[in-house]
Amino acid sequence: MSLHQFLLEPITCHAWNRDRTQIAISPNNHEVHIYQKSGNQWVKSHELKEHNGHITGIDWAPKSDRIVTCGADRNAYVWSLKDGVWKPTLVILRINRAATFVKWSPLENKFAVGSGARLISVCYFESDNDWWVSKHIKKPIRSTVLSLDWHPNNVLLAAGSCDFKCRVFSAYIKEVEEKPGPTPWGSKMPFGAVLAEFGGAGGGGWVHSVSFSSSGNRLAWVSHDSTVTVVDGTKGSTPSQLKTEFLPLLSVLFISENSVVAAGHDCCPMLFRCDDGGSLTFVSKLDLPKASITRNISAMERFRNMDKRATTEDRNTALETLHQNSITQVSIYEGDQSDCRKFCTTGIDGAMTIWDFKSLEASIQGLRIM
Amino acid sequence: MAKNTLSSRFRKLDIDEFDENKFVDDHDEPVDNQGPDGAEIDNLIRQGDMMTAFHIALRNPPVNTKNPAIKERALAIVLRVLTSFKSSDIEPAVKSLDRSGVDLLMKYIYRGFEKPSDNSSAILLQWHEKAFAVGGLGSIVRVLTARKTV
Repeated sequence: MSLHQFLLEPITCHAWNRDRTQIAISPNNHEVHIYQKSGNQWVKSHELKEHNGHITGIDWAPKSDRIVTCGADRNAYVWSLKDGVWKPTLVILRINRAATFVKWSPLENKFAVGSGARLISVCYFESDNDWWVSKHIKKPIRSTVLSLDWHPNNVLLAAGSCDFKCRVFSAYIKEVEEKPGPTPWGSKMPFGAVLAEFGGAGGGGWVHSVSFSSSGNRLAWVSHDSTVTVVDGTKGSTPSQLKTEFLPLLSVLFISENSVVAAGHDCCPMLFRCDDGGSLTFVSKLDLPKASITRNISAMERFRNMDKRATTEDRNTALETLHQNSITQVSIYEGDQSDCRKFCTTGIDGAMTIWDFKSLEASIQGLRIM
Repeated sequence: MAKNTLSSRFRKLDIDEFDENKFVDDHDEPVDNQGPDGAEIDNLIRQGDMMTAFHIALRNPPVNTKNPAIKERALAIVLRVLTSFKSSDIEPAVKSLDRSGVDLLMKYIYRGFEKPSDNSSAILLQWHEKAFAVGGLGSIVRVLTARKTV
């Protein structure tokens, strides 16, 4: 587990390039900083300054090497590297509230932006006019869209929003793609159709993050009422919900067809397993602190503590986990969604940590990723 | 000062009711539970069978009704059962509940905290400690985020 402290500012969001040599992060301001890996260090190579408001989402398309950013200034920009400089292209989203999240589709011919305007903007490139056009998905979203994830078939889009629901929409754009085949979520997919809607009844909290599995048959989401839910599209539409005893989780990711990693306000990534019957169980926290050694404090240290901190005890104020503040985003570092070997977390403490399943399996008793 | 001689009836209007973007909760589940049966619970308390009284009190929570009287009645019954428990019996009672039962117990505990009476706070804090040991911070977060309150 290697932790790199970028800055003291929170990292609002991050995105990796294809070979993981560069990372684009936003240090909680109007800019995107791109860092290049050199040896064991990260060196800042570019600063992308175009947004007028805080950047809320970054996504880096691995194949076409384009970055899309969205911000609180209600805009999105698509950046392309030309002669070593990242050049922005404005995308008119036609939203009247801040954008909250952005994601490239698997084929990278379109991207979806969630916003506080209670709608999702799906944008595609129109080569005749040489600009990006946006189409809106509005109904039946009733509050801010917090998170999006694309299905592998490039058409379906899952959205988690503040109206306590997780929905699967069709984002089929006839100008850029062929009609999709039927999926377990439905077969008729006109643009903007709701294929599935979950959540709301009984409990419910804002849906912070959604994730499709690599086959697209399973959908997982985490919500502010400290629950993780998984639904299997092939096995009917009863979601399997797990009420955790932790603080709410903020980001969720499938790392294999049966395993899900989630992290949030407890500053620690957690592993959950979803078995074939579709039920979800908690496996383990992935950040187990080493047993702290209680040392006897020397008299000199005691007086020093009294002088510096007005305390006589050896009170360590640092958290036992690697991250010292909530983790806001989990992403795949090595592997893909069907078989992830390493994943990366960033959080409000400004640190980026890379977690390796091989060493996690070795250090945590009985941990096996299926 | 110029006095406003025009009608001030508009001040009694709730402008939020007319907002077309107002968020309205879904109305589902017309099944409204009436809350536990007071007489049955009284009998059990008199007989000393606290565990059964506890389980019956936590059945049929009136989460779906909008009628505050039903909720008050249910709350009073549950609090009567909780305050009649001996301290040593609290832990096995909490252990006998499943996850949703612990969440429901937490909801009642926090409702009980809202109006403290003479000796309710002490026993409720003991209940809280034992329920927290099982449910963790998640059960408290679910009390705060629940759309349907008890």
